[in-house]
Formats: sequence, C-alpha cells, structure tokens
Amino acid sequence: MKKNEITPLQLRNESVHHEEGEHDHGSIRDIQEVEIVRLSDEEIERRNAKGRAEAKRRAKVHKITGRIWMVLGLILAIAVAIFALMPIVLTILDSFMSTDEIKTNYSAVYNSLSSAAAETKTYLSTTPKLKMIPDSVSFSQYKTLLFLSPTYLLKFWNSVALVVPIVLGQIIVGCLASYSFARYRRKRREVLFFSYVILMLMPFQVTLVPNYLIANKLGIYNTWWAIILPGIFSTFSIFLLSKYMRQIPSSYIEAAKLDGANEWNIFTRICLPMCKSAIYAMAILLFIDYWNMVEQPLILLEDAGKQPLSVFLSQINASEVGVAFAASFIFMVPPLLIFLYGEQYLVEGISRSGIK
Amino acid sequence: MAAHEYNPDEVRKRRIRGRRKKNFREWCIFTGYLTPSLLGVLLFFFGPMLIVLVQSFQRSATNTEFVGVDNYVNVWNNQAFRSAAKNTLIFAGLAVPLAVLLSLLLALLLSSKLPGKSAFRSIMLNPMMVPVASIVLIWQVMFSYNGAMNTYMGWFGIDKIDWMKSDWSRLVILILFLWKNLGYNMVLFISAISAVPQEQLESAKMDGAGAVRRFFSIKLPYLWPTIFFVGIMSLINSFKIFREVYLLTGDYPVDALYMLQNFMNNMFSHLDNAKLTAAAIIMCIAMIIIVGALFIAENRLGRDTEE
Repeated sequence: MKKNEITPLQLRNESVHHEEGEHDHGSIRDIQEVEIVRLSDEEIERRNAKGRAEAKRRAKVHKITGRIWMVLGLILAIAVAIFALMPIVLTILDSFMSTDEIKTNYSAVYNSLSSAAAETKTYLSTTPKLKMIPDSVSFSQYKTLLFLSPTYLLKFWNSVALVVPIVLGQIIVGCLASYSFARYRRKRREVLFFSYVILMLMPFQVTLVPNYLIANKLGIYNTWWAIILPGIFSTFSIFLLSKYMRQIPSSYIEAAKLDGANEWNIFTRICLPMCKSAIYAMAILLFIDYWNMVEQPLILLEDAGKQPLSVFLSQINASEVGVAFAASFIFMVPPLLIFLYGEQYLVEGISRSGIK
Repeated sequence: MAAHEYNPDEVRKRRIRGRRKKNFREWCIFTGYLTPSLLGVLLFFFGPMLIVLVQSFQRSATNTEFVGVDNYVNVWNNQAFRSAAKNTLIFAGLAVPLAVLLSLLLALLLSSKLPGKSAFRSIMLNPMMVPVASIVLIWQVMFSYNGAMNTYMGWFGIDKIDWMKSDWSRLVILILFLWKNLGYNMVLFISAISAVPQEQLESAKMDGAGAVRRFFSIKLPYLWPTIFFVGIMSLINSFKIFREVYLLTGDYPVDALYMLQNFMNNMFSHLDNAKLTAAAIIMCIAMIIIVGALFIAENRLGRDTEE
C-alpha cells in the first residue's frame, strides 16, 4: 500500500480498522502531508473486503481463544468443586459401611496414628483403601450410635443446648447495640465502636484468659454458663449488623418520625425488617462458629459429660473408628440443613459485609 | 449573630438549651440500646482484661507481690512460647496470602462467563458450613503414614512421607485451612468484583486493553478494600487454626504444629497464672499492632485510589 494513494475515504477506513483493534500507525501527521489521489471504486471495494475478511478472522480467533479459556476455566472450577465436596461425600458414603468394613479398610490408618508400638501388629490390610462405595449398604453405624450408645445423643444435646442460647442471645443483644451505633454516630462513640471491633478480632488465646478469670470469680466455671454468657456478649455480630444498619436511608427514618413513630417503633418496624437478611446471615455464621467450637469447652468445661459433640468427636474418632463416620455425618447435618435453607441469606450477608 | 436585637443572649441560650436537650435525649437512647451489650462486654471482656493486666505484674494468683515485668520476661524467654509464636506466625504468613490470592482467582473465575456459576459457588461455599470435626477423619485417612496419599504417591515411585509427624504437617493443615476458608473469601470477592463499574471495563476493552491489563488497572483499585478485609478475616481465622490441629492430632501435636493456643492450654492446665496473663497481654498488644498496621495501610492505599 503506497502512502500517496490515501484519500479521505481511505482515512475513514483507517479509523474503522483502528476500532477493530488493528494498530495501523499511519498517523494523522503523515496523512496531512500526502497529495490527494482519487481511488477507483474497485480499489476501494477491494480494500474494504480485505478489511472485512481480516475482521472476521480476528473475531473467529477471538471466539476460539475465548472458548479455550472457558473450557480451561470450567476444568479448574470442576477440580476445585471436587476438592470442596470430596471430604463431605466420602464421609457420607463411608457412614453407610458396616463397622467391620471400616475396620478392614482403615484400621491400618488409625493404628499408625495412635501409637508407634502398633507397628508390630499385623493388619487385615496394610494399605488403606479410600473407598467410595460401600460393599453393602449398612445402617449398623447409625444403629450403634442412635440406639445403643446414649452418650452420643447426650453430647449432641449438649451442643444444641450450648449453641441455641448463644445464637439467640447474641442476635438480640447485637441488634440493640448495633442500632445505637448505627443511628447515633459521634466521635467519642466511634472509639467505643472501634474497641468493640478490636475485641471481635482478638483470638481465643487472648479472650479466653479473661473469660476464665471471670468464670472463676462468678462461680460458673465448669458450667455451661461459662460458655454461653461470653458467647452472648461477644461483639462479632455488632460489626456486621451496624454496617448493615448504616445503609438504611435516613429518609425512611425521618418519614416514620413524621408519622409519629417513636424510637422503639423505628427499631422494630423499620430497622429490623430491613436488616432481615443480615440477621439471618449472622445467625447462620454464629451457629456454625459455635457448633464448631473447641477452644472454649476445652478450657471452661472440666467434666467430659458437659462437653459438646465437637470436642467429643475427636475422641470417638480415635477410639471407635467403626462408628466415627456416622457420628461425623450426624454432626454435620444441622449446619448443612441450615445452609440449604439459608444459602441466599448467607451469601447476601457475607457479600454486604465486605462493602464499605 | 445579632439577628434579634431585643435579647440575643436569651435566644442563643434557648437554642443551646434546646440542642442540649436533644443531645441528651439522643444520648439516653444511645445508651439505652447499648446498655445490655456494654454491661456484658465490660463484665466478661474488658473488666477481666484489666484484672489480667494487673495480675500480669504479680508473682502469682495467690501471691500478689508486684514483680514488675518479670512475667513478661519469663514468657518472652520461654522456649515453648517462642516456638509457638514462630509456628503461628509462619502459618499465618503462609495461609493468609494464599487464602487471599486463591480466593481472588476463584472469584475472578466465577465472575467470568462460566456456565453453572451459581452451582459452583454453592459447592465451594459448602465447606464453610461443615464442622472441621466431621471431616477430620477423611484428612487422617488421606495423610496418615499408611494413608491414601502415600499409597497414591507410591504408584509414581515417590517415597512415603510421614505427613503428620514432620514439617509437612504444616502443608496438611494449610490445605485444611484453605478448604475451609476459600468459599467465604470468594463470596466476598465476587460481590466486590460485581461492584466494579461496567462502563469503565467496557471502554477499556474498546481501547484494546487485554484481560490482564483491565484487571490490574481497573478492577484491582476497586478491590483493595475487600483484599484488606479478606486479609484481616483470614488472619483471624489463621489464629484459630488450633482447632484443626487439635482435632487432627490431639493434645500433643508435632513440633511444627505447636501453636500459641497449645501453649495457652498448657498454661491453663498448669494453672500458671503469671505466664498466662502475661502471654495474653503480649498477644493482645501484638494483635492490636498488626491490625492497626493493616488499617493504616488500607487507608493509605484507599486514598491513593480515590485520587
């Protein structure tokens, strides 16, 4: 392509090319210097066709690379999904193995865990089989757990009795407190809020020491109250809820005030309904957090009989491999049900907590 | 100021009184709603924290003789405390960047044109809901000396690794940590990515910016606050890793997994009040410094992107 052939029409073509992502550096300065020559119609048509073909080719390449990326992405996503689901699915499937089958497959694993002395023994199978499907579906694990050994159900009840009051209590206390933080912001109160946030961020290593001291002083050490009361007043929910409540438009509140609503009405009729999804999300997060607790009961409860299932499971795992899978599965059922029911609240609640 | 000439002072006073009355009313409401929480927090956290502070300067729980910073020096020089702090920091240093990076990648993946996005999101969020105690069994089956992982590696002629009794145990715990936390972080990132203005992305695409360029020049500045938030949450969770360690290995983990919480548990069981309180205060201060530094860094970066 000779430069001196360029016409105003060519110039337009150039810009079209440019938009299609072609980096043609025939810049304006060059063009202004050239002498204007008229192109024949065929020549223009030829060049346009060339441009169109080029664009088509590019679009095709783009489409193909896009598809390759998508397939790669899909493979990656599937791999991560398998990684995420695998332990759960394996636990569920293995819970339907009979106790004998578990022992056959996994005893080598557990014996090597428990003590070095066990290495002198011989096993039915020295290499464990990570089996997906049980040879025969059996409910023997569940039978043992649910009907033959009452301790298991007792621990399950312990877990429920600890977690439910904490979740309800912290939601109530947290809603009240976050309302006051969200609605009346002053500089000095921000300091208090900030100290709440710091408290929320403190790991158990720090907070359990004061909890332990006060439990001793109040005489509630080794009772459920030693876990429930600090749980209720933990500031975790306040951070998220007050963030949420600050997003309520003040015009809503002003309008309600004009209609004669008092503070309590504003709280119960406007604030709480508008934060419904955040409250559900918070309840779910709290539930899973406390359902899972290990640190607090280890330190604040001495009696094994008062321990929740989360701590007890680790003992079952070691001593009674035959029923451990079913025990694990039953333990994960409540949170999984809650997840199935409340996933959308959870996702919305988490999403909004990250936005400032 | 002298809008009303008859008695400006009187008007001003009345106005101030009115404002005070309103302020007082607001204060009453503020305090009223906050009281339940504040009382509880004072009674169970802040109050006893003061006692902890006082006791950290005393010989022991029964002997209240003032010993200055002796307890702090003792804890600081304690070998167990040092290795616990080292392990906890190493773990956090590995886990937090990985958790942020991987969950950001997953979020980018699930924010692109991928079929079945919401199903993938649900599946990846699922581990968050599963109690660690429940899936510990599978981890043991995978990673014990005679476990599945070693068997699989044997097929490729790789020597057995004693996962749980060597430094590899860090990796095992790390995988468990990531398994548990990626979903939550990913949801945070997905919502942050969807909040990036579409027009800017479109016009950048028009101007020929590639996917990588668009990410670093447009998305990343909008994502900084979320990156910090996720970083802080991951840091908090990495300090809770004791839970996983305890459930996997019981009371006596391998040296590499001896975490600060293990140290604290030992102090609790020995009723060593002096070390316990001093260690708690040290960790409290360390925590405040770390989080404070992160907040300051976030403010700096946030200001840069706003300009």
